[in-house]
Amino acid sequence: MSKEGDLLHVVTFDDMTPMRLRLGKLLIWGSAAVMALTFAALALAEAGYIGLEFENWRPALYGFLFWSVCLCIAQVVLHGEQGKRTLFVLPAALFVVAMVIFPLVFALGIAFSDWNLSSPTGRQFNGFDNVRQMWGDPFYWNALKNMAYYTLAILVEYAVAFGLALLLASDIKARKFFRVAFLMPLMLSPVAVSWMVGKSMMEIRFGPLARLARWLGWERPSFFGDPEVARAMIMMMDAWTFIPFMMIMILAGLQAIPRELQEAARVDGASAWRGFWEITFPLMLPVSITAILIRIIFKLKLADIIINVTSGGPGGATDSVTSFIFREYRDRSNVGYGTLLAIVYLVLIVVAITTFMKLVDRWMNPRY
Amino acid sequence: MSDKQIFHDSEFDLLQKTRWFSGRVAVYGILIFWTVVCLFPIYWTITTSFKMAPNVMQGHLVPLVDFTPRWLGWKSLGLSPDTIWAESTVREEFLKRFTNSTISALASSTLAVILGSMAAYGLSRFRYRFGFMRNPDISFFFLSQLILPPVVLALPFLVLYKQLDLLDTSIGLVMLYTLTVLPIVIWIMRDQFSSIPVELEEAALVDGLSIWGAFLTIVLPIALPGMVAAFILCLVLTWNEYFFAALLTSTDAKTLPVMVASQTGSQGINWWAMAALSTAAILPLIIIGIVLERYIIKGMAAGAVK
Repeated sequence: MSKEGDLLHVVTFDDMTPMRLRLGKLLIWGSAAVMALTFAALALAEAGYIGLEFENWRPALYGFLFWSVCLCIAQVVLHGEQGKRTLFVLPAALFVVAMVIFPLVFALGIAFSDWNLSSPTGRQFNGFDNVRQMWGDPFYWNALKNMAYYTLAILVEYAVAFGLALLLASDIKARKFFRVAFLMPLMLSPVAVSWMVGKSMMEIRFGPLARLARWLGWERPSFFGDPEVARAMIMMMDAWTFIPFMMIMILAGLQAIPRELQEAARVDGASAWRGFWEITFPLMLPVSITAILIRIIFKLKLADIIINVTSGGPGGATDSVTSFIFREYRDRSNVGYGTLLAIVYLVLIVVAITTFMKLVDRWMNPRY
Repeated sequence: MSDKQIFHDSEFDLLQKTRWFSGRVAVYGILIFWTVVCLFPIYWTITTSFKMAPNVMQGHLVPLVDFTPRWLGWKSLGLSPDTIWAESTVREEFLKRFTNSTISALASSTLAVILGSMAAYGLSRFRYRFGFMRNPDISFFFLSQLILPPVVLALPFLVLYKQLDLLDTSIGLVMLYTLTVLPIVIWIMRDQFSSIPVELEEAALVDGLSIWGAFLTIVLPIALPGMVAAFILCLVLTWNEYFFAALLTSTDAKTLPVMVASQTGSQGINWWAMAALSTAAILPLIIIGIVLERYIIKGMAAGAVK
């Protein structure tokens, strides 16, 4: 693929008249001015300087939408054919910027304030108080530690998923049936799973899993009483829903490996075991890493099952960061502290994932 | 004609045969075991919705053999045969949540697929420069949104939506859901478009179509399976989404997972009611999963294999 120029190269004849250029500039700056005016009017009205009454900040949203549309039109007016190409990416980019970058900046502002949504005093800037509070909050560190455990559980999930994918890729009958059956847990909502498995099947008196445990010799099964066991149960429920995800990715990778490689190894006298470790597994490394990385990303969002089954208990042993912040907000409706915790979490994630990707890159493409 | 068999398998071959056979047994054993692991909770939920209290307490498993199915659970949702024509506030409530979920999921998936396909097509065909950002940077910018945990955005959005009066509206939810699934769409579609030869569009352009014309009439129909795959994946993720819905909706726009979650605690041993609700919540996706399994697998495999 060429690095220079478009892949789909078209020579276009664009004759931009000065009139058109002026019109385009006018569109961009004019609509930007309209947007700025809306913001200013809203801010002034909120501060009470002008007599206008606004029910909410929605006009600002309309202002932004207007500016976005004008910006898109102006691309075509200003740059002709080139502008039409920009139109492919611009809407998505504007959407993401508006929905991510702006709230993130806003979040930074909230994070350093004490803001109880239900209190009449509103937002109070409190400097680094939240940071200090976080530093001394054992539950937050505990939640972070739990996240590390939860993330480590991915290795087991990966092993199981790889095994299942190998079975599905092997020569079996009714492959389609098994594939559909194995895929099913992924379709279920975590909330439904937390009732189906966590609340009813693991119910200590009548749940079928409790019966099974009793039959296996566990006298008084309790799945969410002991911290370690409870954490393992959450891991298992989460693994149950997401193993199909890794399995499908690995299966796709397995099917992309030419059969001849295994056959050649077999002819050369390799056993199935060595054939796997020396051919299939190394060839699957890139796919495996992608699957694990995506799984980590999804794992870091883990919350629904915890919120609904244990709500963090016993004693915060099953808390993930997300579920902890969720409860923190629901109990005290303090937006400021929760936002700070979330931002610290985001920074940790970005650092960890970047390091992980760098390490993997170093390992996959060694530079001697 | 002697009784003695002259030709017979050697000792070694017989050994191979038993080994092959035991291998088969092991393989199918594991496969069936995992099938049970995957399907039993679903089976359990569906059958429990037809149980009554004694059945639950005695742990009956098989309908018609162990216990006679009753419509008790479905009656509590207003969906059993004898209540379906009668007025029912519970059913109203359930249907409202169901519609909310459907609207949020369909609208956000559609929006994400439209925005995402356009962006992915642009990124796979043209070179851009937005300030310092070039194509790889723009792609990374989009895909990096995957890393963003929802909790980071949740509280700021709570405040922002409050200001914008978008709390408890489907529109607000749709915009957030679109954001969360957009990177996945772009990831899948970028793969799709780069597998379509550029010559097709070149031919279309020579024949007088514009770039957008070529995109809409030539490329999109070819990429349609990929789009369906992306759409279904989005649908699964948005239909099941709980976290944002729990924080940002309360009465009007509340979705089905929030309803399910709010009922789990209060039901005690009335498992049949919860089971009926859970069944109703998971059934649409189970059907989609069975019917469109091909597309789901295609979608998830798209990024895995380069």
